Amino acid sequence: MTPEQARPAPRQDSQDPAIFGQTPWQTVGPFFHYGLPWKGGADLVGTSDIGARPELMPPEHYLLASPSPKGEIAGETIVLEGVVVDAEGQIIPDAMIEIWQADAAGHYAEGNTGFVGFGRASTGEDGTYRFRTVLPGSIGEGHAPHIAVGVFGRGLLKRLVTRVYFEGDPANASDPILALVPPERRGTLMARKQDGAWRFDIVLQGERETVFFDV
Amino acid sequence: MSLILPGSYRREDAGQPPSLYPDYGSTVSRSPREPLVKIPHTLTETTGPANAWSRLMGESMADLTSQHNGEPLGQRIVVSGRVLDDDGRPVPHTVVEVWQANAAGRYIHKKDQWDAPLDPNFTGAGRVITDAEGRYRFISVRPGAYPWRNHHNAWRPSHIHLSLLGPAFATRLVTQMYFPDDPLIEIDPIANAVPMPYRQRMVSRFDIETTEPNWALGYVFDIVLRGKDATPFENGQ
Repeated sequence: MTPEQARPAPRQDSQDPAIFGQTPWQTVGPFFHYGLPWKGGADLVGTSDIGARPELMPPEHYLLASPSPKGEIAGETIVLEGVVVDAEGQIIPDAMIEIWQADAAGHYAEGNTGFVGFGRASTGEDGTYRFRTVLPGSIGEGHAPHIAVGVFGRGLLKRLVTRVYFEGDPANASDPILALVPPERRGTLMARKQDGAWRFDIVLQGERETVFFDV
Repeated sequence: MSLILPGSYRREDAGQPPSLYPDYGSTVSRSPREPLVKIPHTLTETTGPANAWSRLMGESMADLTSQHNGEPLGQRIVVSGRVLDDDGRPVPHTVVEVWQANAAGRYIHKKDQWDAPLDPNFTGAGRVITDAEGRYRFISVRPGAYPWRNHHNAWRPSHIHLSLLGPAFATRLVTQMYFPDDPLIEIDPIANAVPMPYRQRMVSRFDIETTEPNWALGYVFDIVLRGKDATPFENGQ
């Protein structure tokens, strides 16, 4: 029998018109560290290697990028850090955080030079993530400075999306997205200055559960 | 003040899994219980690092079988497809990051300690970029199935993890590609968190045209991201 005579196999991919649509999310699982978080991925302003967990793979199998020079970056350098915890308050050592933010002037930089407001950080064995970045500017009238956050990990079938706002910024009172959050829960979106860093813990479930957005 | 900016993206469709799916045990204590707060798309959601991926992540690594001194063991495969939005338009020049277990079902990750062999010639991480028509292609070996501790005698079907940025923060996608006719798919809680028929969107198709004579089996996997949406945002929906 030639291939032409064979009965064609049923289509099983996402282009079958009967099932065409958005490809479903799936968890990153526990073993993403050699595939996603690169050295320096959590340093948006310098050339440190924070963000990756190279100790979780043999050195000859570390194939991800190394820190790249960013050049002169305008604005106030900040550290954004916190822990990720579950419903029982247990720290999560196998989560990954992504951020997306404007530069100090409030512009989303997508170009080939200068600041790129995207970062990726693994949590450590202590559940902590840490970014070095700049304090973002306002993206437009009424919008308070903020950083968009995606949370990934084992047990997270799809990304959870939240935002970091900065406690004490007077623009928080007029921010149109914060206004959609019940007032008693807005505090979960506020990073607080602590020991020179902006502290933003992410609580996946339970008391003081972080506000997550449907975007 | 208008919350609406041009360029919003469509919301997730019926094929997306819930955050809580108790058959996948780890979701129970890691999924939120409060309702998500629906927000309109501002510039924050409609922009992204789409054009900066090579500065961030590095250049393409499309051949996972040539990253070490020798050839990895296992069935060599070519995976190709298109990245589209849900209007069927190609998504050009977008990065697809991939990672997977080796042919024996073992990850190079130090926390994967089950009793299957590591392959010194296989890491299992790669990165490709779509062309102007949204096409991508990479070379690997077919990953093995592996056991996990979710329930008694639990095995994950063979799968490749894929991570896409797409054009905007709102279009981010991480998924898993499965292989056709794998009997483990229908008893896998992670795959089944996606209800049928949508689960089939994650199953690749064997393709004789993509198959390379005397060299590698070909699988086609098209990936669909969220497209643009003109529906006005209504608060409280």
